[in-house]
Amino acid sequence: MARTQAGSGPSLGPGVPPRDTQEPYGRGKVDERFAELEDPLHEIPDDAIVDAAAIFRESRVDEVLDEMDRDLIALQHVKGRIREIAALLLVDRLRRSIGLEASAPTLHMSFTGNPGTGKTTVAAKMGKILYKLGYVRKGHVVSVTRDDLVGQYVGHTAPKTREVLKKAMGGVLFIDEAYHIYRVDNERDYGQETVELLLQVMENERENIVVIMAGYKEQMGRFFADVPGLSSRIAHHIDFPDYSPDELMEIARLMAEQQRYRLSDEAERTFTDYLKLRVGQPQFANGRSIRNALDRARMRQAIRLYAGGRDGSRLTKKDLVTIEAEDVLKSRVFEGGFYQEQEPTDDEARTD
Amino acid sequence: MTTGVHITQGTFSYLPELDDDEIRAQIQYGIDNGWAVAIEYTDDPHPRNIYWDMWGMPMFDIEDAAAGLHEVNRCREAFSNHYIKVSLYNRKLTKQSIALQFLVNRPQHEPGFRLERQEGSNRAVQYTLTSYAADRPHGERYSSDGPDASR
Amino acid sequence: MAQGNGSETKRDRFLAGVIPYKEMGYWRPDYEPEDTDIIAAFRITPQSGVDPEEAAAAVAGESSTATWTVVWTDQLTAYENYQAKAYKVTPVPGADPPQWIAYIAYKLDLFEEGSIPNLTSSIIGNVFGFKALRALRLEDLRIPQTYLKTFQGPPHGIIQEREMINKFGRPLLGATTKPKLGLSPRNYGRVVYEALRGGLDFVKDDENTNSQPFNRWRERFLYCMEAVHRAMEQTGEVKGHYLNVTASTMEEMYERAEFAKELGSVIIMIDLTIGFTAMQSMSKWARANSMLLHLHRAGHSTYTRQKNHGVNFRVLAKWCRMIGVDHIHAGTVVGKLEGDPNAVSGYYKTCTDDFNKQDAALGFYFDQDWIHMPGVMPVASGGIHAGQMHQLLHYLGEDVVLQFGGGTIGHPMGVSAGATANRVATEVMIKARNEGRDIMREGPDILRTAAKKSPELDSAIETWGDISFEFESTDTPDVIETPTPVA
Repeated sequence: MARTQAGSGPSLGPGVPPRDTQEPYGRGKVDERFAELEDPLHEIPDDAIVDAAAIFRESRVDEVLDEMDRDLIALQHVKGRIREIAALLLVDRLRRSIGLEASAPTLHMSFTGNPGTGKTTVAAKMGKILYKLGYVRKGHVVSVTRDDLVGQYVGHTAPKTREVLKKAMGGVLFIDEAYHIYRVDNERDYGQETVELLLQVMENERENIVVIMAGYKEQMGRFFADVPGLSSRIAHHIDFPDYSPDELMEIARLMAEQQRYRLSDEAERTFTDYLKLRVGQPQFANGRSIRNALDRARMRQAIRLYAGGRDGSRLTKKDLVTIEAEDVLKSRVFEGGFYQEQEPTDDEARTD
Repeated sequence: MTTGVHITQGTFSYLPELDDDEIRAQIQYGIDNGWAVAIEYTDDPHPRNIYWDMWGMPMFDIEDAAAGLHEVNRCREAFSNHYIKVSLYNRKLTKQSIALQFLVNRPQHEPGFRLERQEGSNRAVQYTLTSYAADRPHGERYSSDGPDASR
Repeated sequence: MAQGNGSETKRDRFLAGVIPYKEMGYWRPDYEPEDTDIIAAFRITPQSGVDPEEAAAAVAGESSTATWTVVWTDQLTAYENYQAKAYKVTPVPGADPPQWIAYIAYKLDLFEEGSIPNLTSSIIGNVFGFKALRALRLEDLRIPQTYLKTFQGPPHGIIQEREMINKFGRPLLGATTKPKLGLSPRNYGRVVYEALRGGLDFVKDDENTNSQPFNRWRERFLYCMEAVHRAMEQTGEVKGHYLNVTASTMEEMYERAEFAKELGSVIIMIDLTIGFTAMQSMSKWARANSMLLHLHRAGHSTYTRQKNHGVNFRVLAKWCRMIGVDHIHAGTVVGKLEGDPNAVSGYYKTCTDDFNKQDAALGFYFDQDWIHMPGVMPVASGGIHAGQMHQLLHYLGEDVVLQFGGGTIGHPMGVSAGATANRVATEVMIKARNEGRDIMREGPDILRTAAKKSPELDSAIETWGDISFEFESTDTPDVIETPTPVA
């Protein structure tokens, strides 16, 4: 067979030996100091010193973790889990650095939780963390749903899925509402092909791609039960709980601030009342619903200011940045109605 | 080890066959330059046979060479006894052509070419090169006992 | 010859007699060149006492409408349009005797479309022997897009050449058959066969390999093409031999070119000595017949080498790209022939790039937009060998034909081994570069490591590893005042 390893190939062109100074590539990174040891367990003294601090510093993974702390309100449990995973991977890398581990760890994950609980955001951070620790070569996140993977006719699905998988190689494939891929009650559903391909690639190409499946917790549980072999290929299950009303208020404050608005004290109280009502309603999507509510409040503020301006009153900077209670109060939620100002978009309906 | 005539098309034909990591590094070089990755295979390596069969569409939007290697290996599985080459294509204005091309697979036996001379007047010779492989129909080349196992 | 600062004379512009060029309208410091003007940068060394502005005006005058005396018939024309305009002179730092760079703009009307002979007769035709100047050198020429588009350009260019011969992503490799004189056609063909079979892409006739008593052209063509096809059979690659069709008449050149075509060659060759007209004719023939056209710049050093007089090679390279050749010899940096690295880099960019940005270090006096005219493949030839592969790749890039004449044919294990050594060195260096290795630093190591498995390369490094040609170049770009870029 022609596909021989370097050095043993046919030699019309007189050969070159395999690259002995080969650049460490992706996950195969091995600390050069120990590269030549053949049986590290025997040759590495038990008191061999691993410079953990240096590797930690060098990886600069703490930058991403700090960034995550800053950017994400609450989610203490999730952040804790991510830190645990980062620690695990770091230790794995330390062990590799003295040649203690050979096979690549499985890194596929499932993120379960209701819409708007930060799954996409955390997936993006995960991409960065994996990149900084050398577990993926690029660290980009390709975010897809069933429509991106499953085809419309015979022969359409495999190439479509493969296309997505290839695009995500070197990074993270984030599949939102992964359970929609597979319709257990419909044997002729093309989704089955996608699932088979996914399983195959999650196993055989796990050095090249990390798959994160996301969705509602219960449906995901059923999905795992329906597809044998899937759950066992997933190393980390992380649950994203709903935000408490206090946390939601904190998110609202942060979002307003980012857009250079401020809620007046009265408005904050009203917004808290609004949240209490809204949380219990359908289509509530945590962080995303907060963003939408704020957008609508901004709209009402604009209408209020415009009307005032037409009446001849002067506007100050304070007027422009402040959202007043009335801007919140006019929400239909307070009239006993539901949040239904627009049809829920696909986006809103997605879990994250 | 292949036998027969070692064809030296492609950029790394005077080196030992590239292993997967080496192929991956060359593909990554292309991706990092913004080039598309294309895989083609043939059972007629005549130097003027430009249009080898395409193994799918060129990959225009992959980030990582693993995806290219993934397809190389799938193509090798399907056509283990064919010539397979990787082309990296640069679409930049004033280039719009292949930027690098190299073989990643060969048949076990490379029969090579027959040089035919058609003698004209004044000793002027018309030369024709024919692939020995092309003496047999597609699918029956590179094998003494019938169709390729791969087809 | 008149001289002075212009204020001495009060004579009318059209009174009979001799007046300074400056006063005849050839010195126009206020002139802003138009997009359609051809602009020249001349290095002028005036005779002592001659005002540089007057000298510049004289060059402008003599390369356009002026003669040594006033002619009343100028008044029958819109002569202001036809007068070349010297609009700036800048002193060359540290030159002794003093030199200036004179910038002269020419209206497009002065030139015939698509004619290099006309362009050169105008701009370098009459001024180089001018008595008021000690020396004169044409450093650069900005060809406006409007004029450029009237030229054919390379018959094929780099991209189409690569697609034709099916070789991508590495320098092409060649060699000149040696000894260049004395071999019989049959022995000559043997060298061609061995070199191509061993791994070169091209072998080349030398510039003076034409049709001598010991090696008549038709016989040579027959044996060389037998060699080319045998090598193709052996390797499965497209191979070529530059069959030199240089001859005393166009008729004879066409005859030889036709025969090369009949035998299935992909490339023919001409020498610069055949002249611009013949080059333009052969360029058209090459395009019409799908034949690559290789140009050997035979004789160019007689006027490109001296720093103070003649024509800079980058200007000649521009003309050749406009005329339309597919290959041109453009220097090596590390070989045996003249060439400062920066200047050579400038020549290469002139041949290959789509846009040459004004850059004093590279010797570009102007922006030159090639408006997508295909590039010419530069050829590096003369005293180079496999041991310099990292430097060659670093300085010359991959769009180049590296010609190892002695470095192939002088190999101790034979011609074919010499060719293999060069090919292995090229491929291993390209591979290493693509893998992200620092070839300038690690190059010698990369070659030595490869040589452990390649006796051919090992022997080449053993033989030539230490040979270099380190002479001070006679022609380096000056650090000049940054001229205003002209759009």
